[in-house]
Amino acid sequence: MSGQQFDNKIVQWIDDRLPVFSILKHSAVDYPTPKNLSYWWNFGSLAGVVLVIMLATGIFLAMAYAANTGLAFGAVEHIMRDVNYGWLLRYLHMNGASFFFICVYIHIFRGLYYGSYKAPRELLWAIGLVIYLVMMGTAFMGYVLPWGQMSFWGATVITNLFSAIPVVGDYIVTLLWGGFSVDNPTLNRFFALHYLLPFVILGLVGLHMVALHTTKSNNPLGIDAKGPQDTIPFHPYYTVKDLVGIGVFLLVYLAVVFFAPNFFGEPDNYVPANPLVTPPHIVPEWYFLPFYAILRAIPDKLGGVVAMFGAIIILFFLPWIDSSKVRSAKFRPIFKQVFWIFLIDCLILGYCGSQPPEGDIVVVGRIATAVYFLFFPTLWVLGKVEKPRPLPHSISAPVLKGGAAGHAAQPMEKA
Amino acid sequence: MRKFLTSTLAAALMAVAVPALASEGPKLEHQTWAWNGPFGQYDKAQLRRGFQVFREVCSNCHSMKLVAYRNLEYLGFSDDEVKAIAAEKQVQDGPNDQGDMYQRPARPSDRIVPPFPNDQAARASNNGALPPDLSLMNKARAGGPDYVYGILTNFKDNPPEGVTIPDGMYYNETFPGHAIAMPPPIADDLVTYADGTKATKEQIAKDTVAFLNWAAEPELDQRHSLGIKALIFVFVMTVLFYALKRKIWADVH
Repeated sequence: MSGQQFDNKIVQWIDDRLPVFSILKHSAVDYPTPKNLSYWWNFGSLAGVVLVIMLATGIFLAMAYAANTGLAFGAVEHIMRDVNYGWLLRYLHMNGASFFFICVYIHIFRGLYYGSYKAPRELLWAIGLVIYLVMMGTAFMGYVLPWGQMSFWGATVITNLFSAIPVVGDYIVTLLWGGFSVDNPTLNRFFALHYLLPFVILGLVGLHMVALHTTKSNNPLGIDAKGPQDTIPFHPYYTVKDLVGIGVFLLVYLAVVFFAPNFFGEPDNYVPANPLVTPPHIVPEWYFLPFYAILRAIPDKLGGVVAMFGAIIILFFLPWIDSSKVRSAKFRPIFKQVFWIFLIDCLILGYCGSQPPEGDIVVVGRIATAVYFLFFPTLWVLGKVEKPRPLPHSISAPVLKGGAAGHAAQPMEKA
Repeated sequence: MRKFLTSTLAAALMAVAVPALASEGPKLEHQTWAWNGPFGQYDKAQLRRGFQVFREVCSNCHSMKLVAYRNLEYLGFSDDEVKAIAAEKQVQDGPNDQGDMYQRPARPSDRIVPPFPNDQAARASNNGALPPDLSLMNKARAGGPDYVYGILTNFKDNPPEGVTIPDGMYYNETFPGHAIAMPPPIADDLVTYADGTKATKEQIAKDTVAFLNWAAEPELDQRHSLGIKALIFVFVMTVLFYALKRKIWADVH
């Protein structure tokens, strides 16, 4: 990694003592990247950009915010009305959370479709899931901070879930609340943690990058790069491609921020929190809705909580549940269809989570929950019975028509 | 390019489809508001008329605690006019050097003075019902301005058959549950507009809703005009990035 030669003497001097430039050159300039990455590979870097936007806007919002139940709602309105461009900071931050999840969900489903979780990228996948979990915690606590009706009641419902844990449940809930109901201590600790966790995410993103640069990027064909002819340096090829993605992303994100800033929000959260008035219909933020639906699908409190957390935990085991050695869905005709069913099922779950749990919604929610969990054993069976299409020899070699290559279902060699 | 488009489309679909949440209650009639759409801006004459209605009618019961008198300058009132509007109300200040609290006329830096000193006093004067603060009303209800317009205009003297409205309540088609404690607040010629606009019931309702929307989103004009500029900038930037990408990638494949 070190021992690079630089033209600039100052750069050279620094690099001989602290190889920051060598590290940058190694992992952001020369980093060999498969040359066939599609635009679906943009969403990782996009999520990183949103993380930076969230940190930058969040730090300035914190300067004008007050974590106190008597002041919080007014402090947010003070930001919206009196702080210079406070409305812009706050709308960027508030919608940034939604766009962070949009990027991460697309990133996760891309990994699922192209088998990016399979050997040797199991830990890369696991670290990504940990980032996702910490994101959920951060987003949940951030939503409490404006201290509107949905903040308060969302916090009450979600923290109460932990009371379902046998023996220690009530103790954990008291610890989360810092008392015996959601109140000022809750808001204070949520603010402290909401400020801390993004930096934890930043550290995890660092690990995610180290793991990525060790195993190298997967690609739409799902086969390993065989040599220099299959790869191109990250810079300028993927830096410029990421910039195109960032531009398109900003167009959508800023359009929402400037012209529909409350699109993802709940009107109820512009009513100050009132512990004596329960809103008729408590819903979490949209990115939690599929899990909310799973929670409500099980007619038992502990069972629901186990299923909800299980729905995420099971993803950690995906690399071992999926028994197929072929990564990309391009070469797995049956898996490709199963993937789309799973994706649609997640959207149906999200819809069920947004609706009051009455009538048909209950039935649909239960079926969709069953389909969600059936996806995993199906993957295991599929790897045993599915006959994959022939894999190309290399990224550079175009797939020969009619499978003339002759290597039917050749398993990838381990890296 | 096709893949690029599908990814963009999918991202947009995720953004739109996932939170397509249901709104309950009766259907709201969509009104055309001056500030609708990316190029929409407030009509300041309308905001001033709406403020007149608020000042003469709404503010007898409803507070607007998040808006300061100084904010009214945005509606086109001069410094002196704002001072005069504020000075109509008394606020408690103090303690002074003798340690006494005292009353003084409100100043432009004060928030709009509420009609009642606290919620209990508001309930006591309103048959037990609390008139909600109007600062964020247009953002705090599903349907926003259309909902508030519906509330103002959809009172019915006689509820439909089979519906009984408790004493001291009124039948309103838009209000969830239909029994609302607020008496019909507006009628034709309830106010005499300073600018000579004919004060029909609909006109009054529209002007009031416009003023309430400004109270809830005072940044909207600036947000819309800055948004157009930001999007044009990002669009040009993206086109340039795309051209650069095509050029750099020309030798790959």
